[in-house]
Amino acid sequence: MENISKKDLLWIYRKMKTSRYFEEKMEKVYLEGKQPVFNIGAGPVPGEMHLSNGQEPAAASMIVHLTKNDTVTATHRPHHEAIAKGVDLKKMTAEIYGKKTGLGKGKGGHMHLFDPDVKFSCGGIVGAGIPHAVGAALANKKRGENWVAVAFIGEGAANTGAFHESLNLAALWNLPFIVVIEDNKWGISVAKKNATSVTSNAIRAKAYGIKGYSVKDNDPIEMFKVSKEAVERARKGEGPSIIEIKTYRYLGHFQGDPELYRNKEEVPKLKEKDPIERLKKEMLKENVATVEDFKKMDAEIYKEVDKAYEFAVNSEYPEPEDALEDVFC
Amino acid sequence: MKTIKEKTKKLTGSKAMIQALEQEMNRDDSIFVMGEDVGKYGGIFGSTTGLFDKFGGERVMDTPISETGFIGAAVGAAAEGFRPIVELMFVDFHGVVMDQIYNHIAKIHYMSGGAVKLPIVLMTAVGGGYSDAAQHSQTLYASFGHLPGLKVVAPTFPHDIKGMLISAIRDDNPVIFMFHKTLQGLGWMDQIDASLGDVPVNAYTVPLNKANVVRKGKDITIVGVQMMTVEALKAAEELAKKGIEAEVIDLRSIKPIDKETILKSVAKTHHLLVVDEDYLSYGITAEISAIVASEGFGDLNAPIGRLAIQDVPIPYSRVMEKFVIPDSKSIIDSVLKLITV
Repeated sequence: MENISKKDLLWIYRKMKTSRYFEEKMEKVYLEGKQPVFNIGAGPVPGEMHLSNGQEPAAASMIVHLTKNDTVTATHRPHHEAIAKGVDLKKMTAEIYGKKTGLGKGKGGHMHLFDPDVKFSCGGIVGAGIPHAVGAALANKKRGENWVAVAFIGEGAANTGAFHESLNLAALWNLPFIVVIEDNKWGISVAKKNATSVTSNAIRAKAYGIKGYSVKDNDPIEMFKVSKEAVERARKGEGPSIIEIKTYRYLGHFQGDPELYRNKEEVPKLKEKDPIERLKKEMLKENVATVEDFKKMDAEIYKEVDKAYEFAVNSEYPEPEDALEDVFC
Repeated sequence: MKTIKEKTKKLTGSKAMIQALEQEMNRDDSIFVMGEDVGKYGGIFGSTTGLFDKFGGERVMDTPISETGFIGAAVGAAAEGFRPIVELMFVDFHGVVMDQIYNHIAKIHYMSGGAVKLPIVLMTAVGGGYSDAAQHSQTLYASFGHLPGLKVVAPTFPHDIKGMLISAIRDDNPVIFMFHKTLQGLGWMDQIDASLGDVPVNAYTVPLNKANVVRKGKDITIVGVQMMTVEALKAAEELAKKGIEAEVIDLRSIKPIDKETILKSVAKTHHLLVVDEDYLSYGITAEISAIVASEGFGDLNAPIGRLAIQDVPIPYSRVMEKFVIPDSKSIIDSVLKLITV
């Protein structure tokens, strides 16, 4: 922790906390209209909902090293990355509500958020965003800029063809590309040990002659350090990296997942080591911020997120026939 | 329509493509080509011959056999402001990359509410007729035309190949540019007259949404694409000897489809035959029949004829392949049945 600036620590805390509060609010809102009988298509936020509670360090401790010019592609569980990358929170929330004022005018929804202003995109097909980040990295190299592209994926995506094709290309062309694997242990209901032939995806880096890093126990500080090195190397033209972080999935694969496949004690145990609380404690101990500072910061965060939700709720729905627009430009 | 006499040169389909790429790449630095064997080899079906030497490996990039990787990378590069042209060597290889094409290239503009533009051209070789069997002989026009978000073109003659490729490159939407192997005029395939034609020397565009009446007639409308247009023209010459004047429409654009040109022609001829080198079910013949049946029914004096591959994979052995792909002879037979109805 001694090598991390106060500014960076505060930034990481703020982004993690914003994401957590956003998700906790979404948990509640999502259930509106879905009780007593759960109906996935009902309520103000219909459709699948994949929340990232517990996975915040992967996003914040990497994206703290990125600028607006660096590209991020994310997954079907994208909110923590979107928030860290600086996606417009109001427009993002409105998109999730299916409103006209959303990032995609209500055509994308929570799995398909696109904010070209901050070079953020995500998608609902596991592994598919990896080659997009490779393409962005290729574009950066062609332009002669030292911008990087980071693909965030789950550990399940490390078994797709897209992952291996992308890493071969990125290594072959020595691109400023990083893949961050958020190992939350579960691919929906199938445990990593039943899906992946190796215990750590970081060692798969060897197959491509690139750097592989492992981050233990959802540690925001360790993730910060490793990401810093990988980003610096990418910017200097020293090639791509794989970073795998062992992270926690507090909730089901999606909201409404009965989670019969995992032990009831798993999540409470993980929550005891909550990364946000852990970081906060460390920061207090090291006098990076005071209890008062945290109170103030949290109040600001709640206000910002609440405002985004208000904006979404108060926005208009699209006209039905707007569905016919934007197929082509 | 331009009436000024332009300087032209006789080119093959392949040379017309290369000229389009070269002129556009000279005009716009953001264009680059990626694909398997597009570099020194020049494209297995001659789409990029000579471009590697002119532009170098940075702009004419050989890729590994990794369609999901490099076609997916085109998405990222296009979103960053480049205009990538990617080659899927055979359209039959779509299976390994359809997620990128169907779920990303086609849908991102829509899902982003128009915020993300993907000016990608995906060039791909289509067609059979040379005993390459079921995994290397398809056209799959309809498979690509079915999905919203992709413009799909399949020009026949060198003039249109160059003009439509230039339009495709300049278009801000993703365009699937299908070129027919037999129409490339390659020395190692069947030589046919249609693969050679007058092509203006300078750059020009041909619209991506217009069919073209390539032969005027009053008795029946025959709609074809690529080799089926060529076969329809051949058939029309024979039919003329029997006193039947067929109007032949070269569809050129699979999506969007130019309904007006077809309906206008049927209003004149009152008969329609659609010929397709793709499968019969749910294909171009079905689509055009449905359009004419719902919007031009009153103009028809006879049922609509549909000639296409009879829902079988394309067989290897020459005699069987010849049997399943429509040709001028089967077109003539179909026309004679329709006209005598």
